[in-house]
Amino acid sequence: MNDMTPIQTTLKDWETDQEVRWCPGCGDYAILKAVQRTLPQLGADPANTVFVSGIGCSSRFPYYIESYGFHTIHGRAPAFATGIKLANPALDVWLVTGDGDGLSIGGNHLMHVLRRNVNMQIMLFNNEIYGLTKGQYSPTSRVGTTTPSTPLGSVDRPANPCAFALGVGARFVARGFDVSKNLPDVLKAAHAHKGAAFVEIFQNCVVYNKDVFDAFAQPKGAEDRQLWLEDGKPMLFAKETKGLALDLENLELKVVDVVDGDWQAAGVLVHNVKNRSIAHMLVELPFGRFPMALGVLYDDPRPTYEEGVADEIARATAGKNTSLARLLAKGQTWTVEAEGGHPA
Amino acid sequence: MATQVADKPAQTSPTAAPDAVVVRFAGDSGDGMQLTGGQFTLSTALAGNDLATFPDFPAEIRAPQGTLFGVSAFQINFGSREINTAGDAPDVLVAMNPAALKVNLSALKPGGLIIADTGEFTQRNLDKAKYASNPIEDGSLAKWNVLAFDISALTVEAVKDFGLGNKDALRCKNMWTLGLALWMFDRDRQPLIDWLNAKFARKPELAGANIAALNAGHAYGETAELSGPLKKLHIDPVPAAPGLYRTITGAEAVSLGLVAGAQLAGLHMFFGGYPITPASSILHYLVKMKEFGVTTFQAEDEIAAICSAIGASYAGQLGVTSSSGPGIALKGEAMGLAVMTELPLVIVNSQRGGPSTGLPTKTEQSDLYQAVYGRNGDAPIPVISARSPSDVFEVAIEACRIAVEYMTPVILLTDGYIANAAEPWKVPDPETFAPFKAQFLTEKNDGDRLLPYARDTKGARPWIKPGTPGLMHRIGGIEKNQGTGNIDYSPENHQAMTDARKAKIDGIVVPDQDVSLGDAKGRLAVVGWGSTYGPIRRAVDNARAKGLSVSHIHVRNIWPLPRNLGDLLKGFDKVLVPEMNTGQFKTVLRDQLLVDAESLTKTSGQPFQIAELDAAIAKFFDGVPGNEGGAVEPNSQQLPNPVAGYDDGSLKAGGDAQ
Ligand code: SF4
Repeated sequence: MNDMTPIQTTLKDWETDQEVRWCPGCGDYAILKAVQRTLPQLGADPANTVFVSGIGCSSRFPYYIESYGFHTIHGRAPAFATGIKLANPALDVWLVTGDGDGLSIGGNHLMHVLRRNVNMQIMLFNNEIYGLTKGQYSPTSRVGTTTPSTPLGSVDRPANPCAFALGVGARFVARGFDVSKNLPDVLKAAHAHKGAAFVEIFQNCVVYNKDVFDAFAQPKGAEDRQLWLEDGKPMLFAKETKGLALDLENLELKVVDVVDGDWQAAGVLVHNVKNRSIAHMLVELPFGRFPMALGVLYDDPRPTYEEGVADEIARATAGKNTSLARLLAKGQTWTVEAEGGHPA
Repeated sequence: MATQVADKPAQTSPTAAPDAVVVRFAGDSGDGMQLTGGQFTLSTALAGNDLATFPDFPAEIRAPQGTLFGVSAFQINFGSREINTAGDAPDVLVAMNPAALKVNLSALKPGGLIIADTGEFTQRNLDKAKYASNPIEDGSLAKWNVLAFDISALTVEAVKDFGLGNKDALRCKNMWTLGLALWMFDRDRQPLIDWLNAKFARKPELAGANIAALNAGHAYGETAELSGPLKKLHIDPVPAAPGLYRTITGAEAVSLGLVAGAQLAGLHMFFGGYPITPASSILHYLVKMKEFGVTTFQAEDEIAAICSAIGASYAGQLGVTSSSGPGIALKGEAMGLAVMTELPLVIVNSQRGGPSTGLPTKTEQSDLYQAVYGRNGDAPIPVISARSPSDVFEVAIEACRIAVEYMTPVILLTDGYIANAAEPWKVPDPETFAPFKAQFLTEKNDGDRLLPYARDTKGARPWIKPGTPGLMHRIGGIEKNQGTGNIDYSPENHQAMTDARKAKIDGIVVPDQDVSLGDAKGRLAVVGWGSTYGPIRRAVDNARAKGLSVSHIHVRNIWPLPRNLGDLLKGFDKVLVPEMNTGQFKTVLRDQLLVDAESLTKTSGQPFQIAELDAAIAKFFDGVPGNEGGAVEPNSQQLPNPVAGYDDGSLKAGGDAQ
């Protein structure tokens, strides 16, 4: 997020004249709309906004947002975005990546942009597949995913994007999914966070990995399978008939029944976005036994990288003579006089 | 300016001083040889000699004392005439311990002088240096002059009044040795004394002890002259243009040149780097120049280093990245993006021996193909090279100019030798450089339309900073429409854009090629680029002194080549291209100019010796009067072997450094 004067815009102002080239029915459309709906609510200024992406279906995103956009190379968007923010910290930077772009080829850069805490919003569209290259399994594909490159099913265990983010030091971790009505709120929270804000967005690749998130994302039965977390609110789901409590014996979370709305009696936890230990448990909750934890899982800002850099530059610069002539003549010098060539 | 060794061994009679001398100081990495060399260099500069040095900076992590791989050395060539290289082989070797003697002895000229500290030639140190018997006593040094005495004891004696412990007293050995060296070359001690007083202003006993050691070493010279092989030599000052001078290494000069270039462009500079030998020192210098509008970023890898620099350029700063061959290879894809998005960027390659990890601490020019041809797709990038530590300052400014004026990445080729070598530098007046202020587009450039890929007369597109109201647009690595920059895969458009990118680079205005030494026509042109400048210049000078029709042509702009180069080379019967690779520039010349260039190649990790080039030139003049002389054995040891690593913290040379 950035301190800025709010600008009046509408959703239309954020649309480009470019023909959107995702497959019909792709979850990316819903995310695009959610972002275009969110930006006016943030008072964002198109001239001051930069969308940076890597390579993949999701990374086409900048072409469809009427702001500044940089579609870079595979996996490296965090590095470009870091350079942009260091050169001009006033820019409001959104980074768009995917599970392959951000966790496979670009895992290293994603780690470091989060660790350094460069102030930007990072949206990782997780569709658990390589879409643009026609359907190979990705680092988030579940074991047994059959694809052209794994015809007998994948055997490697998937990475968990939010656990990764938290593990490398992210100070904001959130989850949403493409068609969720709550997605704009999650994005607003990410924007409000000063520092690197990581948002995993489950995204339906209707062509190569159709409906893999239906287990929790489909509207029917959603309240039983989605736990939307809110700071200061009890961790309740299933129409407030169930909640998450701490299993003190095993030091893990457990699902408890809430009788007559008395969640306190059931020991249901109140979500505290600054509790890093609980956040670690939330990102790791195995879906099935537990609902899918969604919303802002963790939000505890720290000074940003670019502030630290600017600070150092200010300290190093204060009171210094910045003439180039002085710089060039630094160190021990001698003078050769006009005649005779003898040094003085 | 830089240096070469005298053709004959140094004369030791005060009446017949040679016009150049090579001295190598070698000791344990804890002995302060770099400091000794640095102060001797300064004294040499103050005496008005031209000089070139090849320091090998000690590792921050100290190697075990007394071992062969713990040796640190510093070579200086200085003279009363123009000096172009750090010298083929030393005339004088100062060996502070057996390991230093062992590592450096093979380089010493026959008849050269060894000054050795017998106090360190103990059985333990001889064992560590893997000497079966004491070389000072066993006659194995017969072909050299040896001056061996107990410098350790003499130093301890000289500083005994200052109440230092034995260890601290012995630390003054390097000043004692320097005192002797100053006596040998008839130098003024006062600047050194002033420097020591300033350095130890808060520890007067250390200042006093070091000065006492310096004076004792100096006084020892007088005594030794009476009894032994030591003779005082006076090397006259070299005629030099009036002005302010300092010594400079290539790594410093490239850093200063980049800062100057950014200022001339009116831009802040962003430097994205990742530690790698021998390029890290550029990051180390720039990090101390924050007040000149420099932001440095130590990235997580080479790829992030260049990508962050491109991001900064996109946001309106001058992006710079630097590395050596292996790191440059990693940056290749991002360079293509900079070509595609037509953003200014300077990529500095301090070349080292390759392929792969190769020879991290040794020099080579083998990344020329990589620079000129080494990317996917048709991705032309201008390439410019530096010939010496002081030259790289101007070259860096030129790289910035091309990048900004043509909206393009530029590759600047330097090498490990240039990065670490030092030479005197006439400090330029920044006012004398023509500014090339970067222009940013602030309003739509086609009526009410924005065309991010409209081109100016140079073929450059406008630079549009994000944050500029009303100019929102999208760029990326996918082929773009000629004007709007929107995605456009159409055949005609890709053809047009490929042509436009090529035409822009081909059309870069580079200065006409001049002849560095000799005539514009003749029998043989020796064409060089990069750090071979020094030895080629000396060898061509030698050949011309023999009356041979040889000219030296030194090419700075590798891509595009100077437009008159083809015609110029047609004026010569033969073209010889000496390079520290297997003939890469020769290939470019043949490809671009259809010239029958012949190669002289060397890939030992060491610069050319002048003698090697003398011999190669001589072959073109068989039977020509004046062209006498025989074949030359290549000497792989003519420069100090940087066994102790570099100041970037890379460990011992030879293989560990990355
Ligand atoms: S391949 Fe999948 S992710 Fe890509 S655009 Fe089509 S549906 Fe969307």
